[in-house]
Amino acid sequence: MYDFAYQKPGSLADAVKALGADGDAKALAGGMTYIPVLKQRLAKPSTVVDLSGLGMKGISVAGGVVKIGAMTTHMTVANSAEVKSAIPALAALAGMIGDDAVRHRGTIGGSIANNDPAADYPAAALALGATIVTDRRSIKADDFFTGMFSTALEQGEIITAVEFPVPAKAAYEKFRNPASRYAIVGVFVARTAGGARVAVTGAGQGGVFRHAEMEKALTGNFSAAAIKGIKTPPNDLNGDIHASSEYRAHLVGVIAGRAVAKAG
Amino acid sequence: MAFEGIGASVRRKEDARFLNGRGNYTDDINRPGQLHAYVKRSDRPHAKINSIDTAAASKAPGVVAVFTGADIAAENIGGLPCGWQIHNKDGSPMAEPPHPVIAVGKVRHVGDPIAVVIAETKQQAKDAAELVAIDYTDLPAAASLAAALAPGAATVHDDVPGNICYDWHIGDKAIVDGVFANAHKVVRLDLTNNRLIPNAMEPRAAVGDYDVNSGEYTLYTTSQNPHVIRLLMGAFVLHIPENKLRVVAPDVGGGFGSKIYHYAEEAIVTWASAKVRRPVKWTAERTESFMSDAHGRDHVSTAEMAIDAQGTFLGLRVSTQANMGAYLSTFAPCVPTYLYATLLAGTYKTPVIYCEVKAVFTNTVPVDAYRGAGRPEATFLLERLVDAVAYDTGIDRVDIRRRNFIPADAFPYQTPVALQYDSGDYQTTLAVALKNADWAGFEARRTAAKARGKLRGIGISTYLEACGIAPSAVAGSLGARAGLYEVANIRVHPTGSVTVFTGSHSHGQGHETTFAQLVVDQLGVPLDQIDVVHGDTAKIPFGMGTYGSRSLAVGGSAMVKAMDKIIAKGKKIAAHLMEASVEDIEFANNTFTVAGTDKSKTLTDISLTAYVPHNYPIDELEPGLDETAFYDPKNFTFPGGCHISEVEIDPDTGTVAVVNFTAVDDVGRVINPMIVEGQVQGGIAQGIGQALLEAAIYDESGQLISGSMMDYTMPRADNLPNIHVATENTMCTHNPLGSKGCGEVGAIGSPPAVINAICDALKDYGVRHMNMPATSGKIWSIINAGPSKMAAD
Ligand SMILES: Cc1cc2nc3c(=O)[nH]c(=O)nc-3n(C[C@H](O)[C@H](O)[C@H](O)COP(=O)(O)OP(=O)(O)OC[C@H]3O[C@@H](n4cnc5c(N)ncnc54)[C@H](O)[C@@H]3O)c2cc1C
Repeated sequence: MYDFAYQKPGSLADAVKALGADGDAKALAGGMTYIPVLKQRLAKPSTVVDLSGLGMKGISVAGGVVKIGAMTTHMTVANSAEVKSAIPALAALAGMIGDDAVRHRGTIGGSIANNDPAADYPAAALALGATIVTDRRSIKADDFFTGMFSTALEQGEIITAVEFPVPAKAAYEKFRNPASRYAIVGVFVARTAGGARVAVTGAGQGGVFRHAEMEKALTGNFSAAAIKGIKTPPNDLNGDIHASSEYRAHLVGVIAGRAVAKAG
Repeated sequence: MAFEGIGASVRRKEDARFLNGRGNYTDDINRPGQLHAYVKRSDRPHAKINSIDTAAASKAPGVVAVFTGADIAAENIGGLPCGWQIHNKDGSPMAEPPHPVIAVGKVRHVGDPIAVVIAETKQQAKDAAELVAIDYTDLPAAASLAAALAPGAATVHDDVPGNICYDWHIGDKAIVDGVFANAHKVVRLDLTNNRLIPNAMEPRAAVGDYDVNSGEYTLYTTSQNPHVIRLLMGAFVLHIPENKLRVVAPDVGGGFGSKIYHYAEEAIVTWASAKVRRPVKWTAERTESFMSDAHGRDHVSTAEMAIDAQGTFLGLRVSTQANMGAYLSTFAPCVPTYLYATLLAGTYKTPVIYCEVKAVFTNTVPVDAYRGAGRPEATFLLERLVDAVAYDTGIDRVDIRRRNFIPADAFPYQTPVALQYDSGDYQTTLAVALKNADWAGFEARRTAAKARGKLRGIGISTYLEACGIAPSAVAGSLGARAGLYEVANIRVHPTGSVTVFTGSHSHGQGHETTFAQLVVDQLGVPLDQIDVVHGDTAKIPFGMGTYGSRSLAVGGSAMVKAMDKIIAKGKKIAAHLMEASVEDIEFANNTFTVAGTDKSKTLTDISLTAYVPHNYPIDELEPGLDETAFYDPKNFTFPGGCHISEVEIDPDTGTVAVVNFTAVDDVGRVINPMIVEGQVQGGIAQGIGQALLEAAIYDESGQLISGSMMDYTMPRADNLPNIHVATENTMCTHNPLGSKGCGEVGAIGSPPAVINAICDALKDYGVRHMNMPATSGKIWSIINAGPSKMAAD
């Protein structure tokens, strides 16, 4: 790790100020992604602004929306009775992230802000049509994830919460990278008021993406049979030592089918 | 008191401190005034070093010294030595290019040390290392066996043209070729043995501490064999006599072979501590472990079996290329020769065998022995080839093994590849394994799996290995530059408690328990009055350390010999005290008795007398009860057995699940069944890891792609089935315990069992062979390629 200054502001306004004042300042939530980055000396922030003094924790369900504070850990979401009853697929997804230690530290805000192309939460946010709430505005998930490790967040903008509309049904299936246990392919399917939504993580070169053809088929008929045979072109998919783009393309179909079947 | 002797599953004495976080590992050791070393490593696979500028680093905060290869070269310091010399087919010695402690002139693999920064804190050393400016000219790299052997390949060592370290062989080629020419059929298989990265839980670490007053150096290090390190580093690298060099290997968190070798960092901290006159510590980060610990395996082979019409093996012909990496690690040359080719008879009476091995330098981390060392490579080749014979001839996989086994009454059995097996019963281990695995009921399970949409397969491996290494004279005649005996010192204290000083080294094996059980058995001392000390050259007379499943067979035998001496001396003292003749004294259950009388003395009576020799045969006998034995084994030991693996493949994703695993091993006398079961399970976990998950992958340029846990797949609990372990033992005939060894059998026997099961599951897809690891992507491409009979029906 390189040397950096450390701040732990007590209010959102102070945090925004600390981050806004300095282009090389960086927010820290659970640290499950950012601390390894620092340890490997891949980043050299001037100041690390610890968000753990801001609250922004907790879960509420009202008006058909599940609202999760940005600093809420994966473990809290996985074990939350409210989430389990409103969107069981979301609780299940949180329970599939990393291991116990990671789930106890890692936060939803950190995961969404980081937008790792193999992370799980972005798939849920996109498929459920979530709204990402920040210190200054609300951003639709469709506008938020702008590419691998990149988002619509401005420098210093802090996610305060994520709002998930409750779907009629939903499910998440994950085909894990055997080493990292991140998603090689993860598919979140949801039947929402506005039709079926399918979001794929792990596979796309540009990060999480919606699968238009599958959404169309599922909007007509929400069943695994409806998407059987839908091919995903491998061209825009990742290939690495764990899975070629062709294999990923195939897995998108298999995993999507399983997710739909799981959603019931 | 519960039974604690040979055969008792005594709980491991050492676990209390390990499980309570009270272990004393090298990184736990901090010496007063200690500095920290950080090794700057090459990020280039192959490059000429034009210049190294350390000026800025030297001035950085906290920095005490910066050393490069030139600083080392200016001193009386040798390169890292190789402990085994192999000869070429023509009798000339292998190429043995220098292995500088810190790179000079050229870097040859990613991770090659190029400078060391010593500072007050590790953080400062690391910061300053970034300021070391190196001007490189990149050179083309030879990053794989194929690349290094290709015409016009880059040359890893300028004085080793063609990158050939040696071109060795065993057997009579003309005779074997003749058998092949006249054979009914020849079955051929091309196969690779995947390169592995050991990844012991504890990364390597070393602390050097030079005492200005005594001129004595102490090295604390994560080693499996501290005396070997003292010998190699003292004699060949730093030129420090033994009396001035102490090597301590305290608790060590796993080795699997990777901590046998003498590594550069050990020499660096030891030498540097004298240079800077303060203790110097180095601890590897995990990323460094990936690129500086010796890797394992990495063979490419062609194997051919000549058979008659009944499937009888007539001859075996093997040609192997073995990757040595960029430099020769301590025991690298012997792994693909005497620990590999000599194993190619396996459990079979194949009458003639020829094997040639080309060892090749590449721009990769050095490769050396890793759990099993040569025997897993031989076993994978042979057990896959036997299945290929079955596949090509239609003969049943079990039948073909039964037909070709060395029969139980044929021991001692001389193989055509130098080894003489002392004992074994392969039909029995096979029969018991078939029963334990319910082989007969398999087809029903296959059908049931099919109904669930899964492809189920079963695979068998009837392996043999040679361990308990080794008779020194034999090893010496084969090129070893060291002896391979073991040493034990048994100290019976005045009040009858016992301390064992052993040259074996426990780094997870549970010696503190197993070895104590040997004392319980032979001297009748209760377990809690016995302590086992290992890992310190200042305390232990000598030792060759722990690897090659040798600790019980060789180190334990040394203990038996030392205890024999204790008993012999005790009898003389007892005879004196009880006024009887020595011939009439018997010893059992901690007690000396005069035969046929009720006169007796306990061991404590005798030890007390030995240390308080008032009434004592002082003219004939020295006081004290403390004996040392050096035991040099007469032969290798030959564990063997049968592993059966059952897998299910999800045809939609290609994912393999090992659903059953049955091991029936012949490990000779079992001292602690629980520890044996744990050793076998751990070995099988590693074997399943090799078969399904693990692969060290370099790209063409020589960058290590699988350079972290994010990309290198270690087996985890959820990759493993419930492993059913049993033993069916025949005794080793030439050591006093009858033990053979159990540390490596799991890693040796299991990989072909798993791959054989996968090939069986995929037989309708025409799969005859698959290289490891059998990843889901690889299996999916086979299924996807179809057309399969499966899909048709
Ligand atoms: C071993 C391991 C396994 C893992 N496995 C998985 C997995 O299977 N699936 C998966 O999805 N993830 C996985 N993760 C990642 C994990 O989910 C992380 O917790 C998550 O990606 C980041 O969350 P964090 O709270 O730790 O954020 P941090 O690491 O603290 O921050 C990550 C980034 O987000 C920014 N940030 C954090 N919070 C906010 C905020 N409120 N507003 C704006 N920016 C913010 C930070 O500045 C930083 O750039 C794994 C991590 C580890 C270490």
